[in-house]
Amino acid sequence: MKRFFSLLLLLIFIPKIDAQEYFPNNESVQNKNNNYTAFTNAKIFVTPTQVIDKGTLLIQNGKVINAGKTVVIPKNTIVVNLEGKSIYPSFIDMYTTFGIEKPKRGEGGRQNPLYDTKKEGYYWNEHIKPETDAFQNFQYDNTKAEELLKAGFGVVGSHVADGIAQGSGILIALNNEDNSKRLLANKITNHFSFTKSSTTNQAYPSSLMGMIALLRQMYFDLDWYKNGNSTTTDLSLEAMINNQKLVQIFAAEDKLNSLRAAKIAKEFGLNYIFKGAGNEFERIEEIKKTNASYIIPINFPEAFDVSNPYLASQLDFADLRLWNQSPTNLKVLSDNGIIFALTTDKLKKMDDFRTNLLKAIQYGFDKTKALEALTTIPASLLGKSNEIGSLKNGSLANFLITSGEIFDKKTTIYENWVGGSKYVIKDITAKDIRGSYDLTVDNTPYKLVIKGEITAPESEIKTLDSTKVNSKISLANNWISLIVKSKDSVKTNFNRLTGYIENSPNLNGKVIFFDGKESNWSAVKTAAFENEKPKDKGKDEAKNNTIIPVSYPNIAFGNAEKPKQETLLFKNATVWTNEKEGILTETDVLVKNGKIAAIGNNLNEAAATVIDAKGKHLTSGIIDEHSHIAISNGVNEGGHNSSAEVTIEDVVNSDDINIYRELAGGVTTSQLLHGSANPIGGRSAIVKWKWGAAPDEMLYKDQPKFIKFALGENVKQANWGINNPTRFPQTRMGVEQVFTDYFQRAKEYEATWKKYNAASKKNKGKMPRTDIELQTITEILNQERFISCHSYVQSEILMLMQVAEKFNFRVNTFTHILEGYKVADKMKEHGVGASTFSDWWAYKFEVNDAIPYNGPIMHNAGVVVAYNSDDAEMSRRLNQEAAKAVKYGNISEEEAWKFVTLNPAKLLHIDNKVGSIKVGKDADIVLWSTNPLSVYAQAEKTVIEGTVYYDAKKDEAKRVAIDKERNEIIGQMLEEKNKGMNTQEPKKRIKVEYHCDTLED
Amino acid sequence: MILKKRYLVLFILSISMAAQHAPAKKQTKSILILNAIAHLGNGKIIQNSAIGFKDGKITLVADATQIRLAKDAYDETIDATGKEVYPGFIAPNSTLGLVEIDAIKSSDDESEIGVFNPNVRSIIAYNAESKVIETVRPNGILIAQITPRGGRISGTSSIVQLDSWNWQDGLMKEDDGIHLNFPSSFRQNGWWAEPAASSLNKDYSKQVGEITRFLTNAKSYLADTAKERNLIFESVKGLFDGTQTLFIHADKELQIIDAVNLALENGIKKIVIVGGFEAYKAADLLKKNNIGVLLKRVHDMPENDDQDVNLPYKMAKILTDKGIVVGLENSGNMERMNTRNLPFLAGTCAAYGLDKEQALQLITSNTAKLLGIDNLCGTLEEGKDATLFISDGDALDMRTNKISKAFIQGRTINLENHQSQLNKIYKEKFGQQ
Repeated sequence: MKRFFSLLLLLIFIPKIDAQEYFPNNESVQNKNNNYTAFTNAKIFVTPTQVIDKGTLLIQNGKVINAGKTVVIPKNTIVVNLEGKSIYPSFIDMYTTFGIEKPKRGEGGRQNPLYDTKKEGYYWNEHIKPETDAFQNFQYDNTKAEELLKAGFGVVGSHVADGIAQGSGILIALNNEDNSKRLLANKITNHFSFTKSSTTNQAYPSSLMGMIALLRQMYFDLDWYKNGNSTTTDLSLEAMINNQKLVQIFAAEDKLNSLRAAKIAKEFGLNYIFKGAGNEFERIEEIKKTNASYIIPINFPEAFDVSNPYLASQLDFADLRLWNQSPTNLKVLSDNGIIFALTTDKLKKMDDFRTNLLKAIQYGFDKTKALEALTTIPASLLGKSNEIGSLKNGSLANFLITSGEIFDKKTTIYENWVGGSKYVIKDITAKDIRGSYDLTVDNTPYKLVIKGEITAPESEIKTLDSTKVNSKISLANNWISLIVKSKDSVKTNFNRLTGYIENSPNLNGKVIFFDGKESNWSAVKTAAFENEKPKDKGKDEAKNNTIIPVSYPNIAFGNAEKPKQETLLFKNATVWTNEKEGILTETDVLVKNGKIAAIGNNLNEAAATVIDAKGKHLTSGIIDEHSHIAISNGVNEGGHNSSAEVTIEDVVNSDDINIYRELAGGVTTSQLLHGSANPIGGRSAIVKWKWGAAPDEMLYKDQPKFIKFALGENVKQANWGINNPTRFPQTRMGVEQVFTDYFQRAKEYEATWKKYNAASKKNKGKMPRTDIELQTITEILNQERFISCHSYVQSEILMLMQVAEKFNFRVNTFTHILEGYKVADKMKEHGVGASTFSDWWAYKFEVNDAIPYNGPIMHNAGVVVAYNSDDAEMSRRLNQEAAKAVKYGNISEEEAWKFVTLNPAKLLHIDNKVGSIKVGKDADIVLWSTNPLSVYAQAEKTVIEGTVYYDAKKDEAKRVAIDKERNEIIGQMLEEKNKGMNTQEPKKRIKVEYHCDTLED
Repeated sequence: MILKKRYLVLFILSISMAAQHAPAKKQTKSILILNAIAHLGNGKIIQNSAIGFKDGKITLVADATQIRLAKDAYDETIDATGKEVYPGFIAPNSTLGLVEIDAIKSSDDESEIGVFNPNVRSIIAYNAESKVIETVRPNGILIAQITPRGGRISGTSSIVQLDSWNWQDGLMKEDDGIHLNFPSSFRQNGWWAEPAASSLNKDYSKQVGEITRFLTNAKSYLADTAKERNLIFESVKGLFDGTQTLFIHADKELQIIDAVNLALENGIKKIVIVGGFEAYKAADLLKKNNIGVLLKRVHDMPENDDQDVNLPYKMAKILTDKGIVVGLENSGNMERMNTRNLPFLAGTCAAYGLDKEQALQLITSNTAKLLGIDNLCGTLEEGKDATLFISDGDALDMRTNKISKAFIQGRTINLENHQSQLNKIYKEKFGQQ
């Protein structure tokens, strides 16, 4: 149906572009115009750097014939003298949705999620729609084109912005006159994004990591399909094969997302151009390292209306900063040598384009670079340098005529020529009638002053005795029109003066009085126009706001510089070694090159910063086996009952304030787990909380591979409250079947590949399909990847151990495991560890038998026990949670402390490097004010690999700086409002603190 | 299928009945606790104390080294040398007994539909036999204010001691207060899993106006004996004659200022702020009008990214220094089961500025004052209920909070519960000590 509709559109559309030269013409006789037009005496910017003073631009049939100092002008040429004017190539915006209607949401609103596609002949996921052809959805939009033309644009790229793979884009010349010259390319770009299609209800992917995994799988499938291994036809993949030859544009819409998409590009040898967000400056080093080109929007945020302090106090610090720093983004990108084009995308109104660009220039963005970003760069990114973006011979005659330097505030853009068709923005022929005149209207003398802009003058009329007479002047097509008010005792009357402006300094014409009587008027020029001198220049020129320096990350408590490794000597601390030495009193610990270098008494190291730790406690950093902080856009990929293909490593969010808060609670390492919405969840990321570092730098080096599994109420959607569950499984019985099925399939998958790889070349046959999901599960079977399984009741715990044993591997960790105490002996026998809560229970039916003695009983049965948080807030008090093992289970303090340090390290297979204070291990340590198990303990310093990432003392200084900065920016915003600039009302960012069962749609 | 589920529920209930421990019998023998460090709950400590109680009331609070007692003055003497004695902790703004298991709707009785429900009374839904309550007592929490949730005015709360056969037996103060959820100045957009930036609540003034209208109407109604009775208006009578407290649930400075002024202008006699995250910014107003704050769960994140990481931990100290009477409340995620961590909320406040005895007041005498039950409990004082406990060590620290004996109105209560029973069963199974 939809395709039929598009076809129909095409049919309607074709007659509109019927002016191609070989088309039949039934409207008139042939009217071919081969005349030239020459623009002389202009300053011509052939390119931003190739400039001709007093040159001539010669065009014919919509193309540039020549541009130069001396150009031979043929006889059949219309000459336009542009003395004093400038010519620039028209701008290009390669990223718009010009002429394309926003795809509509499917009928029915929020329905039950659709798990499997019902479409035939296309890719299995409906958010992958490379078959979308923008041209089929395109209809030239005159109104929008005028807006773009006024802003200086001559050519735009356009596409259907819907879905993850969005299909091909077109290139359109904004020729409002000649529709035969509009279509420059019907397939030029191939578009991607991290947003789902609004036209389908398919649940997968429900998270950012799911989208990333989906793209990977699509590229694998594409390659496989391309090589003829598929037995079925897939129109999406076929379209994608063709689209791969096009310019690849990825709408990342965020600095970190650009880095994420760049990873995909690297893996598959792709060359994406990233559509950015304007916040690239916050992670410029990493952005630079992508070696990619960018398309950058300039929709700088408006200042907040901070006049109400109660509301202003709710504003997010990062939002305040972003407002302050945004105008510098272009400069920073440019200073770092990053190639980028500019786009009007996301602007509230087209007028903001020039305003904001001039603002960026005011904040240091180079004018030549600005011009390049609008002309030569997009042209080159599109592979169209010979046609657009410059005024080289043979290019399309797309150019702007301006009164002067294009990025000067006072400059007027008169005309925007596209393909040789003129679009008038301001009348260039308007005569300058500004000046002082003696005005005579039907014998009555007045004084008239005309000032303001040439094309938009203002009038001032006074009688000879200097009484002001209200008037309004307007100009159009060489006609002047003046409305003059006259008052009598009864009412105000309007008299109309009109006149044709002749080539004379004086003006004259006809007056029509309010009563209909007509007469003549004339004005004799007495003085030339003089620009009013700005009263005090300093005030007129907008003063630049002080720009707050970027911090790492660029939010509150960020580091002015990335912190550095130090040599540290802790003197006389109580040291909780977690080794056979136990708890040592009055002991020194030396940290050097990121490692624990020595433990002992009276240590000395000349180069070390000495920390007096007398009366304080030094421990290894807390390790949280189960955390969900610092994850971007979704902790659950619940769109399928297995999502082994997704990985949290793709979506670590380095800019989450919770990282800093973790450090303040003594946490140095966490396992970021996928949620528990499905039996087979996603892969984990083990991270060290290196506050300020980029996401990839936070990943634990050579980390052991983990995956989240889940059992019980969450995976069977027990608390969803929907009427028609559609996803298998809905019971614990089904959960077992999902596991058995996947493990069996993975086994077969591996066997198929083994067979294929072993076969001789001629017996190979068709290559099996690469399936990231099954690939991941084979790693579990081969004991290369460990399971951390969300679990509650004993039945399911036994079940998973049995399934694992059937497939000859061991479950590594049961996480939550609140009924672990009931089967502690069997867990010990299986060899699985436990990562549990200290005292949670009663929040759902399956935790009814959860007890705070669980950890101690399992520990005493010989199971490795850790306490985890699954909660951003509790994570920073895990030391207190460990103490609950002492309280409820009489575990010794030394052993209890291991519940949050060494034991989770063991469960994560990282105890060779972290989890205890031992010479040679990573210097991930925390200095506590007192016994760390006490409610009264505070972390004073948190160190990772010898770098201090949290220091209670420095924290105080940071708070003072934050207050100062906040006030500074609020002051700037108040000034903005005072100046009459637009402001937006205060709003507050809302963050989701993820737990296991947080689902996003 | 539905039928089967019902049987299942019945079955579960029957298990829980079996696990329920009988409330203690009335105190018949007088008891003397000797030589413990007594934390009186009013800021004072007696290092070597003698605490005696008879017929449910405290009869002696003294320094053991300073007094002489007849040998048979008390029927039973507990030697608590090296141990510490505390007044029973009080959990205000609690939903204990209103919900058994969070995720099971059929076990949930905390929130009624409608907007102005002052006539809705929490006490009659209070399940004195909740398994959760048993697990709260062993950490020293012996008294709770059972509070309804939801709506603009959620309803009327009552205060109970936590060892009773039923709600009537548990009552300490019936219908003590009315709970008003003050409108928020910001409105959350999106939905819970997909929150958009929150924006100004455009209806704020309108919603505040509705409260004013409600209160003025109630006042007018109460001024006259109306012919047609209005149960809703009648239920707030106590707010105007000072027999009931208006608990205003509000966090933001703007809300608090608006709320307090609104309440004062309408002649409300007793006001307490619940939540009060930004109460410190409105401290002068609160102090001037003698309004205390039941501070929201301090084991929480700061509300804004740029706030002091430890701001929630420091809040009690900030408010106390400004002269405000502060108690701690624990509403929020998993609030019922988390009630047992109330002492550690106070401990955290001590870690971040208050001295330990001040921190103790946050869950004893201050709360008693704010709830209007300080004549009965909150401190170890002669004449008050003998609701107290003995801990092996500092009860505000999880490291040392180990309670060997607890008394409610003199009755020696059972500290066993569903969880400790399972502990015993399985330790025995595995031969653990």
